[in-house]
Amino acid sequence: MPSPRYWREKANRFHLEAARCQGCGGVTFPARTICPACRGTEFETLYLSRKGKVVTSTVVHVGPNEFQMEAPYAMAVVETPEGGRLMVQVVDCEPSDVLPGLEVSLEFRLIRREGHGGILCYGHKGVPVG
Amino acid sequence: MAGIVGYGAYIPRNRIKSEEIARQWGKDPQAISRGLLIQEKSVPGLDEDTITISVAAGRGAVARAGIDPALIGALYIGSESHPYAVKPSGTIVSEVLGVTPEVHVADFEFACKAGTEAMFVALGLVESGRVEYAMGIGADTSQGAPNDALEFSASAGGAAYIFGKERLLVEVLDTYSYTTDTPDFWRREGEFYPRHGGRFTGEPAYFKHVLSATRAILDRSGYKASDFRHAIFHMPNGKFPLSAGKQLGFTKEQMAVGWVVPLMGNSYSGSSPTGLAAVLDIADPDDLILITSFGSGAASDSFVLRATDLLPQRVERAATVKSMLEGPRHYLTYGEYAKYREKIILND
Amino acid sequence: MREVAIVGAGMTRFGEIWESSLRDLFVEAAAGALSSAGADHVDHILVGNMSGGQFVGQEHLGPLMADHLGMAGVAAARVESACASGGMALNMGFMAVASGFVDTVLVAGVEKMTDGADVTNVLASAADQETEVYHGITFPGLYAMIARAHMAAHGTTEEDLAWVAVKNHKHGAMNPKAQFRSEVTVEQVLQSSMVAEPLRLLHCSPVSDGAAAVLLCPLDQARNYTDRPVKLIGSGVATDAMALADRKDPAFLAAVEKSSERAYKMAGVTPKDIQVAEVHDCFAIAEICCLEASGLVEKGQGAKAAASGETSLGGRIPVNTSGGLKSKGHPVGATGVAQAIEVFEQLRGESGERQVEGARIGLTQNMGGSGASSVVHIYQGV
Repeated sequence: MPSPRYWREKANRFHLEAARCQGCGGVTFPARTICPACRGTEFETLYLSRKGKVVTSTVVHVGPNEFQMEAPYAMAVVETPEGGRLMVQVVDCEPSDVLPGLEVSLEFRLIRREGHGGILCYGHKGVPVG
Repeated sequence: MAGIVGYGAYIPRNRIKSEEIARQWGKDPQAISRGLLIQEKSVPGLDEDTITISVAAGRGAVARAGIDPALIGALYIGSESHPYAVKPSGTIVSEVLGVTPEVHVADFEFACKAGTEAMFVALGLVESGRVEYAMGIGADTSQGAPNDALEFSASAGGAAYIFGKERLLVEVLDTYSYTTDTPDFWRREGEFYPRHGGRFTGEPAYFKHVLSATRAILDRSGYKASDFRHAIFHMPNGKFPLSAGKQLGFTKEQMAVGWVVPLMGNSYSGSSPTGLAAVLDIADPDDLILITSFGSGAASDSFVLRATDLLPQRVERAATVKSMLEGPRHYLTYGEYAKYREKIILND
Repeated sequence: MREVAIVGAGMTRFGEIWESSLRDLFVEAAAGALSSAGADHVDHILVGNMSGGQFVGQEHLGPLMADHLGMAGVAAARVESACASGGMALNMGFMAVASGFVDTVLVAGVEKMTDGADVTNVLASAADQETEVYHGITFPGLYAMIARAHMAAHGTTEEDLAWVAVKNHKHGAMNPKAQFRSEVTVEQVLQSSMVAEPLRLLHCSPVSDGAAAVLLCPLDQARNYTDRPVKLIGSGVATDAMALADRKDPAFLAAVEKSSERAYKMAGVTPKDIQVAEVHDCFAIAEICCLEASGLVEKGQGAKAAASGETSLGGRIPVNTSGGLKSKGHPVGATGVAQAIEVFEQLRGESGERQVEGARIGLTQNMGGSGASSVVHIYQGV
């Protein structure tokens, strides 16, 4: 991944920056220019809490090349208390235990590396609570 | 007076037992465990490195300090395993913790001493009045060469300390550093594994520096060993710190809480800082605490600390060392360990 | 708006076609379509293709394919909507002829997937790169998440998913163009290796090469080309949120519902009028969700449709008589056009042992990504 492309996503990857539409109250993550629900353009910036609940999930056994060392690994759509939803890997547990309803905290982890010499790309992953 | 206003630690969940490593190389597991006093060590996940460990520990420190991270004016990370050879770990950690952009950042390296080095400099900047708060972090995902004695100890983890002048959890009463040029352990640029001088790492290196630094700080501060409730000495294995402490007049009871190496291994720059975090997790107000680190090359930093009334009230705001050491663990086979530590040659 | 007909069709077999390149595949299918209609020229060429650029490093497919068809000079362009590229090309060809802008359009779809690219990565480029793929999700992974959500909402089981594969393999075994001309059992499906839980290898369509092409013209010119034209009576396209996390109900494919409603409305028919359908079964769960969203079966009833025989040949509404993407193969850009060919042949009574007797009205539904785009066409025999 070219470094500018990685760098410009810092707000959402590092800080979980989201936006709440002033028109309909819907939360979009990452922030957008136009609300997907009501086409509103006035937003309040908010930061998603670093916790949420699994909406749906899977365990990837056949991964893309960059992730093959980690397979099998769990992926989940997680909803935070603010109503923001995000796709994350869920780690530090048995992948098959990652099922809808599971509570996770969002922890800062290495997501991918660009070959041996490219940049390291970080972000958040889910870790089951308790 | 300046001191610690927040601290946090992080230990990865993966572990490998000494006997599993011993079996791999045809060594006697009991002899190894007895010799090193290490039962198991922490292993970073494929997605954990000095940066992620620093963030996890740093978040704990911010939570316990209860301060706006933007007020942190300096952030230093000591590690011998910074993920980038060129490009600071500290910028990423500062950004994620919400410390940027008004902050002075640097990555330190001094073998196993880089963590206390970061703390030492952070403290100095606060004491001088140059910054209001400063964070010093020690973190590592150290590598020992396969079938080397270090493979039984080199582990992963770290701790972060925020220094300030108000609402102290711990007062820093004195500091001292003792440094000479001693080539007992090194890793050249571009090399994957470190090398060491075998028994040369003992008397002329570890013991000379740990004993000299500790004796000097006791002398300077006017305390004697028996004044301290807790003492932490750098833990390259289980035996060295106990032996050093004994020579200095400390009892096993004084060293017990900070002696985290049997279940964690040696997390290099994270080692004595994590031992200190384990002590702070349970310390009572007014407890006197001594910590002496050691880094090959070689030097020791010593700190004399005293817990305040506030400390016990802040402990529960973040995970304790005990909860991570004894909490859910995932044990690896040597094969999985070799995969996690990228010791297996793969095609591109 | 003019009435539009399909008057010719051609396609390669689907599978691992080591000896054919991207252009070879296109030329075989396109030349087949032209010769079946006895056409010696066209006004416009549309090439549905998901990712020639990533699979073989080849973009700019419009002129390349026109050139290799011996038609350099003819207007030509590539159409892309991920796995719905073929269906989207058909929709655009339909609009071009219906509007009177041109008379004859060659609509093709082609994909060459076996030339060594990291297929998992290329297919994942149909998902949201920044919020999904970055974190390591794969295409089977996205559909697996849809499957889990469907299981939670409707009680769908792994066995229900297996029955979709069993049915489609049974159909595909009768299709000489299919990649897998063999039947499978529920046990075989449930014992196949895990790809993304709960989806196993035999719940997934394969990696395939192939091309398909049809010739469109105004209905009133169709007799110049064939005695048995098939009328295109409805076409609907719709989109949905790109990322799964941005959809309220991950088990429901809203773009499929909207595109179906638009096609039904244009055609003036209802789901009950459809006698044969090809739907996008890239994964077994997709067929179940598409049947429900298109109204071919009731919401929540899709899971049992394959096991009960309702969607088998001889059932109430035979679905994927070609074998579907599962058994026939899924060269992604070609799929939408190949679906049209299956229905074209069914409505002309040319489907041999797969023939749905008396079929007059058929439907195809082609989907892009994890359901972010969907194209539905409705056809009527003349």
